[in-house]
Amino acid sequence: MNKPLIEIRSMDVAYKKQKVLRNVSISVFEKDFIGIIGPNGGGKTTLIKVIVGLLKPTSGAIEWTIERSDIGYLPQGRQLDDKFPISVKEVVASGLERGLRMGIRSSIQERKKIDEALERTGLTSLRSRPIGELSGGELQRTMLARATVSSPRLLVLDEPDTHVDNQFEMELYSLLKDLNAQMTILLVSHDIGTISPYIKTIACVNRNLHYHSSNEITNEQLKIYNCPIEIITHGTVPHRVMKEHKQF
Amino acid sequence: MDLTQLLQYNFIQHAFLAALLMSVACGITGTYIVSRRMVFISGGITHASFGGVGIGYFLGFAPLAGAAIFAVLAALTTENLTRRKILRNDSVIAILWSLGMALGIIFIYLTPGYAPNLMSYLFGSIITVTHTDLRLMFALAVSVTVTFVLLFKPILYIAFDEDFARTRGIPVTLLNYLLIILVALTIVLSIRTAGIILVLSVLTIPQNITNLFTNRFGRIMIGSIIIGFIASLLGLVIAYFFDIPSGATIIFTLVVMYLAARTIKVLTFGRSKYSHNTAI
Repeated sequence: MNKPLIEIRSMDVAYKKQKVLRNVSISVFEKDFIGIIGPNGGGKTTLIKVIVGLLKPTSGAIEWTIERSDIGYLPQGRQLDDKFPISVKEVVASGLERGLRMGIRSSIQERKKIDEALERTGLTSLRSRPIGELSGGELQRTMLARATVSSPRLLVLDEPDTHVDNQFEMELYSLLKDLNAQMTILLVSHDIGTISPYIKTIACVNRNLHYHSSNEITNEQLKIYNCPIEIITHGTVPHRVMKEHKQF
Repeated sequence: MDLTQLLQYNFIQHAFLAALLMSVACGITGTYIVSRRMVFISGGITHASFGGVGIGYFLGFAPLAGAAIFAVLAALTTENLTRRKILRNDSVIAILWSLGMALGIIFIYLTPGYAPNLMSYLFGSIITVTHTDLRLMFALAVSVTVTFVLLFKPILYIAFDEDFARTRGIPVTLLNYLLIILVALTIVLSIRTAGIILVLSVLTIPQNITNLFTNRFGRIMIGSIIIGFIASLLGLVIAYFFDIPSGATIIFTLVVMYLAARTIKVLTFGRSKYSHNTAI
C-alpha cells in the first residue's frame, strides 16, 4: 500500500494534565473517508487537533507526509464572535493562506478559487454578507468553503453537521462524497449512521482508538470498543439499532 | 476672534496635526481592539502606564518614556500570562491596572515639590504638544499604518479565528505580540493628547460609530480615522471658544456624535443590523 498521509503510532495526548488519548495508532491513507465516532469527551476533537497540528502528543509519534497547508480544517462549531466585522468572502479567503503573506488584494487565481468554493457551497449570493447575518447552516457552509477552498489533500471536519437543518445535512454529505474523489476525508460525527454509506472506514475513539477497515460496524463490535454512541439510520441504509451502553 | 485667526496660532496648528496623527493611529489599532474585544486589556495597559509616568517624575526623565516602558511591559505580561493560562485574563488586567496606578501615585508623592503637568497626563493636553511629541506621533502613525496595510489579511484572520489561522501556518503568537506592542505604543502616544483616563474613548467610539454603518474590518478603520479627526477638530474648536479642557471636550463630542449617528441609523434603516449593507 502507499505511504499514509498521516501516521500516528502509540500516541498519548494529555490535556490540562488529564490523559485524553491513550496508545492511539492509526494511519490515514490517500482517498480514504474515515468516520470518527465515539462518545462526547472521548477525545475525538483532541485527536483532530493533533492531526491539524494544534496540539502536540505527550508521547508516541505522529508523522505527516503532507504539508500543513495541504490540510483543510473545519473546527467544531465553537463560539465564533458573530459580531466580528468580516464577510463570507473574507472568511473563505482565509483558507488560502500559507504562512505569513503580505498585501491586501487576492490574486486572480485566488479569487477564482474563492468563487469556486462559494459556488460549490451555494454561497455566491451571500459573498459580501457579514457573518453576523448568516443562519447556522449558512455559517457552517462558510466554514466548509473555507476548509475546501485550497483544494486540500486531506479534509478534516469536526462535527460539520451540528446546528444545520436536514436539507443542508443531505447536501453536505453528497458534497463530501464528490470531494472524496479528489481528497482524503476525516469526519467526526455524532450521527454516523446517516452518512455511513459514503464513509469507507470507521475509527472509534473513546480514550483509545479502534480502527475498523470497513463501514459496517455492529452493535457487538461497538460494545467491545467501549463506544457507546447512537446510530441513526434511515432510507436505504442498512438498519442497526444500538443499545444503551454503560457509561465509564 | 474667528476661526481663520485661530488657525494662525502655532499651538493650534500643532494641535490639529496631533489630532490627525492620533486619529490615524487610534482609528487603525482601535478597530483591531474593538473587533477582537480587547477594550478591557487596553484599559489595563493604559492605566499601568501611569506607573511609568510616576517613575519618570521621580528619577527625572521624560514621563512619557516611562509610560512607554510600563505600557509595553504590561502588554507583554498580559499576553504572556493569558496565553499560558496561568491566571484569568481579566484578573491579570485588573492587577496590572491598579499596580500601575499605585506605583504612579507613590512615586509622584515621593518626588519633591509639585508635579507639573500631572493633570495633562491624566486628562490629556493636545494644545501643549511639542515638536518632539509630534515627531514621535508621526513615526507611530506611519508604523501602525504600514503594519496594518502589509499584514492586513493575517491580522484579520488571526483576530477572527486564531486556531484556524494557526493551521494555515500564520505565525500567530509572533503577530499577537507585535500587535499588542503596537496597541501599547498607540495608547502611550495618545496619552499626550487624550490622557490616561480618556484615551479608551478615542480607541472605541469612532469604531462603534462606523460600525453602525458598515461591518467590514477595513472600512471601519478608514471610517474611524475620519470620524476621530472630525471629532478632535470640533472638540478643539469648542474647547477653545468655551475655554474648557480640550481632551474632555473631544470625548464629549465623540459621544454626542455616536448618539446622533445612532439616531440617524434607526431613523434611516430601522433597527435591523447592517441591513443596508448586505446588497453590496
